[in-house]
Amino acid sequence: MTMKRPLILVLTAVILFVACVFSMGVGAVYIPAGAVLQVLADNLWPGGTLETAKTATDTIVWEIRLPRTLLAVLVGAALASSGGVMQGFFQNPMADPYIMGISAGAALGATVAVTLDLQFWMLGLNAVSIAAFLCGLAVTMVVYAFSRRGGRVASTTLLLTGIAIGAMATSFTSYMLVMGGENQRQLLFWLMGSLSARRWDHVWMLVPYAAVGLTVVLVYARELNVLLLGDEQASQLGVHVERVKLILLTAAACLAAAAVSVSGIIGFVGLLAPHMVRLIVGPDYRILTPMAALAGALLLVLADLVARTAMAPAEMPIGILTTLLGAPFFLYLLHRQRRV
Amino acid sequence: MSVEAAKGVETAIRVENLFCGYDRRPVLEDLSFDLRQGEMLGVIGPNGSGKSTLIRALTRILPLSRGRIALYGTPLQDYTVREIAREVAVIPQQTPVTFAFSSLDVVMMGRTPHLRRFRREGPEDREIAIEAMRRTDCLAFRDRPIHELSGGERQRVIIARALAQQPSILLLDEPTSFLDLNHQVEIFDLLRHVCARDGLAVLCVSHDLNLSSEYCHRLMMLKEGRIYTDGPPEHILTQGHIKAVFETDVTVIKSPYSGSPQIILKPGD
Repeated sequence: MTMKRPLILVLTAVILFVACVFSMGVGAVYIPAGAVLQVLADNLWPGGTLETAKTATDTIVWEIRLPRTLLAVLVGAALASSGGVMQGFFQNPMADPYIMGISAGAALGATVAVTLDLQFWMLGLNAVSIAAFLCGLAVTMVVYAFSRRGGRVASTTLLLTGIAIGAMATSFTSYMLVMGGENQRQLLFWLMGSLSARRWDHVWMLVPYAAVGLTVVLVYARELNVLLLGDEQASQLGVHVERVKLILLTAAACLAAAAVSVSGIIGFVGLLAPHMVRLIVGPDYRILTPMAALAGALLLVLADLVARTAMAPAEMPIGILTTLLGAPFFLYLLHRQRRV
Repeated sequence: MSVEAAKGVETAIRVENLFCGYDRRPVLEDLSFDLRQGEMLGVIGPNGSGKSTLIRALTRILPLSRGRIALYGTPLQDYTVREIAREVAVIPQQTPVTFAFSSLDVVMMGRTPHLRRFRREGPEDREIAIEAMRRTDCLAFRDRPIHELSGGERQRVIIARALAQQPSILLLDEPTSFLDLNHQVEIFDLLRHVCARDGLAVLCVSHDLNLSSEYCHRLMMLKEGRIYTDGPPEHILTQGHIKAVFETDVTVIKSPYSGSPQIILKPGD
């Protein structure tokens, strides 16, 4: 790969921006790209085209489509960067952001909130989001604590513990779904992942986690590279292995849990985006992480566009779509890899 | 005492009454020895005698149960992981390569202990890495992914990575056990050359008695976690010692090339 790194980053960012503008134009009401940009400009730099009363276009773009698109960008970036970190962390290309039982925990939290009909709001978010976030993180912490032996955490133990505890959480979820009441449709929709009816509150909820999480995984990208040589060699190269692992794991878990809490469980983005990017820019996490974040964002913006429009006026859960498209692509990658 | 001042003192590593092991099973018992600057010390012994455990203790991957290890007069536990990595480089048996880093990327990782957080590698780090690759004769494949290299080529890259750490001590953990004969000799020639030029202290763990005898100034023979005998190769590689430690009958001859003791196996009946 001879392409300069900053160039490829900027290029991908431009593609992402174009995709966002296009996506915001498409829907029940078609809005040309120029008008979309006009609305964005008016709202970002108020006073420019003074006292235009809020038009319908303005409301659609600014209040409905922009937050939704931004959310797709943030969720995609969070899941993809988290997935990339997990793959390096576990030295396992099959790893995804949900590997530590985050999705299972989040699903359990959401199910509990719906089943108990919890009705509190916090920071503009409903009980389902809050419970999903907290339970996702809690399960991850339990997995981590359970895998710790004498101050060290072996990746294999972590992986297997994550699977076991995740399975337990899934059983609880299934039990409650079977026994549960009439809210099941809402719950199923959440479990399948969706970006419908998301507002600015959801965006603001995700922004701090995405910003802090992404910063941390970028700052520790060099250490993550060295960790790919195994714990022992990383330590012999001067990396404080246990500390770096804990920091990276916390960042990746926060990214994934925050994403899940606002969007439900959206599969395969966190697995595929880092893989696709690795084929293009190679394994160096200093370029892989930002590229994976951009690619994940792009994937989700496009997936959301299809989810909104393919069966209009009905809407597909985006999680079904990403899995439907992602799984075959993943099989193709596997097939390709085996031939090499 | 500063490390720089202590390096004149000659003793790179001092091990005193070292006990070390896994959980409650002791592997190393009551080891005491010095490794001097400029010296190449070979650690030999059968499987399970504690050779690799010694390397892990010396890099603080395994905690000590008792005794002490000092690096240039300072206890090992007073160093940070980063500080240890600036003094001590390890060349492992083999390196897992799950992802396709280029050879140069891998050598650049040797600069890790010298870089501060938020700092990228500068041109001088790159220079050091390139120079290390030139010295181990692997600059030709700097852009090739490490997993496409042969075992011998890959090990040369790993030695370059160790040199890029700019260490004063080199620990070798069976560095040639997965290599063909020609590469074994090539790697040891290379190691001897760079160590002599930089005056490194080298501790080489190996199960290959003849290679150890040929290249090391001094041999330390371990038996069941204890030092059985320690001295120049001609005092260590004797029929009696090998019978006692390896339970094998051998004849010891002098190498026609260097005069170092070499063993000839006696086949059973």
